[in-house]
Amino acid sequence: MKTKLKEGQKVQGADIICECLIRQGIKCIFGYPGGANIPIYDALYKYPQLKHVLVRHEQGAAHAAEGYAWATGRPGVCFATSGPGATNLVTGLADAMLDSIPIVCITGQVPSPLLGSDAFQEADVLGITLPITKHNYLVTYTEDIAPVMHKAFYLAVTGRPGPVLIDITKDAQVNYADFHYPKFTDYLKNKLKIKATPEEVTQIVNALNSAQKPLIIAGHGLLLSGDGTTLLKVAEKQDIPITLTHLGLSTIPHKHRLFMGMPGMHGHVPANRAPLEADVILAVGMRFHDRVTGKVSAYAPQAKIIHIDIDPSEIGKNVMPDIGVVGDAKAVLNQVLPKLKPKQHSSWLAQFEVWKKEEKEKVFMPELGSHKLKSAQVVAELAEQTDYQATIVADVGQNQMYAARYYPYQKYNTHFTSGGLGTMGFALPAGMGAKLGDPDREVWIVIGDGGIQMTIQELATIVQERLDVKIALLNNNFLGMVRQWQELFYKGNYAETRLKNPDFQLLAAGFGIKSAKVKDLSSARKAIAAARKYKGPYLIEFIVEAEENVFPMIPAGAGIDEMVVSIEDLKTK
Amino acid sequence: MTNKLNNIIIWAENKPGVLYRILWLFRRKQFNIESATAGHSEIPGISRITITVLGNENLVKNMCKQLAKLIEVVKVEDVVDDLLVSRELALMKVAVKDKEEKNDILRIIEHFRGRVINMAKNSLIIEITGTEVKIDAFYENMKEFNIMEFVRTGRTSLFK
Repeated sequence: MKTKLKEGQKVQGADIICECLIRQGIKCIFGYPGGANIPIYDALYKYPQLKHVLVRHEQGAAHAAEGYAWATGRPGVCFATSGPGATNLVTGLADAMLDSIPIVCITGQVPSPLLGSDAFQEADVLGITLPITKHNYLVTYTEDIAPVMHKAFYLAVTGRPGPVLIDITKDAQVNYADFHYPKFTDYLKNKLKIKATPEEVTQIVNALNSAQKPLIIAGHGLLLSGDGTTLLKVAEKQDIPITLTHLGLSTIPHKHRLFMGMPGMHGHVPANRAPLEADVILAVGMRFHDRVTGKVSAYAPQAKIIHIDIDPSEIGKNVMPDIGVVGDAKAVLNQVLPKLKPKQHSSWLAQFEVWKKEEKEKVFMPELGSHKLKSAQVVAELAEQTDYQATIVADVGQNQMYAARYYPYQKYNTHFTSGGLGTMGFALPAGMGAKLGDPDREVWIVIGDGGIQMTIQELATIVQERLDVKIALLNNNFLGMVRQWQELFYKGNYAETRLKNPDFQLLAAGFGIKSAKVKDLSSARKAIAAARKYKGPYLIEFIVEAEENVFPMIPAGAGIDEMVVSIEDLKTK
Repeated sequence: MTNKLNNIIIWAENKPGVLYRILWLFRRKQFNIESATAGHSEIPGISRITITVLGNENLVKNMCKQLAKLIEVVKVEDVVDDLLVSRELALMKVAVKDKEEKNDILRIIEHFRGRVINMAKNSLIIEITGTEVKIDAFYENMKEFNIMEFVRTGRTSLFK
């Protein structure tokens, strides 16, 4: 893209900000103007190559930037003003922090002489965002803008990605300085370890070569490291079953014969039974999250655990591995692959077929064969009609679990959701960001009636940007996941989980969005087909069974050996 | 696992907010800091921070890895006592009634190899360095007098 500034040219800070964004290859910014960042917006008009998307709330900007980053693999960028503008970003920053998503937020700050004086719209943004960013900066001098931005973008994407915030005082935006763009410096040269040492490779290879019941658990780290093909080669060479964590979904095609589902609280039966019997677990780019392991003491009792992660602090944090290797998931697998001897594990794999059959009979068949409309049916139908190729941006709660469990993702990197933080309201703006980042994707936002109302104002942004995103609203008039817990563990006391909802069709019409409302499977089919044909945003409200439950389930605090597959199963245990 | 006193030595860029980031991490991981000292090191622009915490070894190790991830932190080491020479500095202001009491105090100071760094009409200021145990013992001996102020810096360490 064409840059405007020459080395050494004297310009205002706001111009330097725009110039740095262009040099970072940024094409799209999500933001909201205010008193403390007007100078940046003033400069932005000189840079038509930087597209600005005006969100309706800064939280929407942060989630949209996350969706953009997820879809493109490049950092998403947000602008917000000081004080409330910046504090509204907080949820999005925390979300990006827990899910390792590279976003760079540039916030305006009150002029530097007023810092600390409780000035109008002043908040200690550096202090507030310190725990929820990979790194953050307060810039008070114009000449610091270019070096800080250069480093911020490097940090956001390098190693384990994450959010970086740059708080820039209004005087730094307005004052003049000579523009000097830093030449590349390896800012993290002492901190990054990409490859395994030869000894580590030997340890991994020996463990895998001698395994009788090996199991792979791959996560977001593998997805972030570029593609799932190396993992597939490793698995195919040694006939190892693969499970993918929630954020690792879509790393490999889900219809592959070695794919055994997602482990965790609402994971698939084979993926939760296997760690109990496996003798070697190859955990790649995942972090043994509590939702994956259940009670740690009951997790993988006899397995030798190999843990590969790019973040040294993840090794041994939740589960102590027998072989812990710091490195990039794909790079280490590439080192390991040629040294593995080909193996077959037919009896071990046959066990998975037994588990799959159990899940099919006890979970899939009752769900998908229901005469009342179920969320699982909607997601499965969506999967079929989109030929398993669409990008699903799932919100949080039951809808999220259905999107994870009933859509067999065949295309790499097509499942986005808020995993770590579990941010309701994530999907609508994130889906918007994903579509803006990669317009060729068919984007479906899967969301519940609770979540959609948390960021519903972004429907206006979707319309303003004429974004062709489809919204599958699974409406059960409940905060479904909490209701499920209340039913199962709080004696059915549905405290504050019933929602008196607005008329979503009227609401959609108010925003200028086409919509449909369906109550049964055959009209659901037709509505999905109609929405796919329509060019532009489209909302389908699916009235699903009000009190449906997601199974299997590992009750909170229980071990994976206590997984239940139905309500009857729970009552007998 | 039992709690033991851990010496964490951190080298970090001497920039605004760095100490805050480091201390914040201790709070986030629920450690109570027993002592912390910070100052310039032999490398220009790099501060050296010695922090002692009581805690489970694995949790401390994990926190050290997280400390090392902080962008401005250059290096972190969790070191056992045997590898270090550690000292603490304490200052004490004590009221002096009469000559007899003054002589008693001076004898104690001499025994602990402390120094009087300020002598006023009715009070003394004493400087003493040593291990925590020595300073604790000094304090115990001084308790019978009228201690007006007492301050100690916390442990600071060098490798043997």
